[in-house]
Amino acid sequence: MSSVITQLFDFDFMRRAFIAILIITPLFGMVGTMIVQKKMAYFSDALGHSALTGIAIGVIFGISNTSISMVIFAIFFALLLNQISRKGMSSKDTLISVFSCSATAIGLAILSRGGSFANYSALLVGDILSITPREIISLVALFVVMLVYWLWAVNRLTAISIHPTLAKSRSISVHAMEDIFAVLMALLVMLSIKWVGILLINALLILPAASSRNISENMREYAGYSVLFSVFSGLVGLIVSYFTDMATGPMIVIVASAIYFCTYIYGKK
Amino acid sequence: MAFRKIIKPCGFHCIKINNLGVAFGEQTILEDVNLHIHCGSLTAIIGRNGAGKSTLVRAILGEINHTGNIEFRNTENGVMSSLKIGYVPQIVNIEKTTPLSVYDLFESYTGNVPIVFKTRSEYEHVRDALSEFDVADLIDQSVGTLSGGQLQRVLLAMAVHDNPNLLLLDEPVSGIDKNGMDDFYNKMKYLRANRDMAITIISHDLDYVYQYADNVVLVDKTVLASGSPKKVFSSDEFKNIFGEVRYE
Repeated sequence: MSSVITQLFDFDFMRRAFIAILIITPLFGMVGTMIVQKKMAYFSDALGHSALTGIAIGVIFGISNTSISMVIFAIFFALLLNQISRKGMSSKDTLISVFSCSATAIGLAILSRGGSFANYSALLVGDILSITPREIISLVALFVVMLVYWLWAVNRLTAISIHPTLAKSRSISVHAMEDIFAVLMALLVMLSIKWVGILLINALLILPAASSRNISENMREYAGYSVLFSVFSGLVGLIVSYFTDMATGPMIVIVASAIYFCTYIYGKK
Repeated sequence: MAFRKIIKPCGFHCIKINNLGVAFGEQTILEDVNLHIHCGSLTAIIGRNGAGKSTLVRAILGEINHTGNIEFRNTENGVMSSLKIGYVPQIVNIEKTTPLSVYDLFESYTGNVPIVFKTRSEYEHVRDALSEFDVADLIDQSVGTLSGGQLQRVLLAMAVHDNPNLLLLDEPVSGIDKNGMDDFYNKMKYLRANRDMAITIISHDLDYVYQYADNVVLVDKTVLASGSPKKVFSSDEFKNIFGEVRYE
């Protein structure tokens, strides 16, 4: 058995995938707790879909590295969504869905011009095995930034999620905190979307935190289990996908879903 | 119970609200509101639904823009400083499954130690603050399982733990029974006597206001009447809104 496992690491691409998963999944577990707590599942889903539009914009303007246009558009999109949800005109989830659909449609329309969408379809499911050492370094940088931000912001964001006016009365800048969170969420989603895939990225953000919520009674358990479930799903998903020769992203989500159902049943007791 | 320093109200601090007005677009919600609130006194703000009471609270908290100004001054030597407000909202909806303990809730609003950690000193600090309202033993309980009265005590402990100049409360309309209301107003009496702060309650229960408040402010878009409970309750403006009610 041990030789079967070590055999995994004979390949450079597997080693890199392992490292990438060890960096991305704790972040997803951590940020996911706040997305679920603040009921932003629609928001993060819309963000994921906006990647297509960002790439399409890059293609139109002839930018060679479409990751840049993708990140810039996602940040713009996240701030726009925040601004719109504050107006409180229509119900928030409907509005976010409308924007998400429009962004996806525009992206798909542009990228499919001349039947060329096949070039981008890898983006839908992602491919963690293709990650390069340089990309891993950018993930490490993101990890450090997110961790520092997280420790600074977790109290304030929690306070805002419970009662914004009460948070305001304790001198918490509600709008600024929400905007910074949205921008960092956009960065995290965009920098990991190539490896996880547009279709599944929200599952990875939501499932570990939702599973943890089934069994947690305080913040330490909530964050701890969420990170644990996320890392576990990532590693098991990668190993299983290697041996079954199936895509890694979906396999990670399958493991995460299984954990969700187990905690759901366990939590009901 | 933990030792807590009693700070007698000095009677010199006061909060003056001058010509406060709030408008959303074309619609005027409040105009020309003038209020004078002293430390060591309990002021009740009353009015029919939609009179602008909650808007007044949000304006005082700085959550919405308003015209006019709010001054905080020391009438003894005239030094003005920034006003520190402790606020207790009317309703805090917390889902049953929310993974937050009372400690987490308290610390998230008031502390700098990230709530994914728990330090002994912060824990003791929170427990002390809770003990003043007899809820120290709830510190590890999940907030989603608290009763309305328990949650309100926790929120009160949070609001007063760092000695605000003004305690601003929206009286709860649900989840508190008669015993709970008596407890609540007795706590207000206790705070009025033992802390150097002005207390202002948005109230929906005229019986309690009559019994406990030092000052009553009747609001409907502006201040219609203010003064002692007796004076306000016998005014024509009061009778126009609440009808002819006898209070003893």
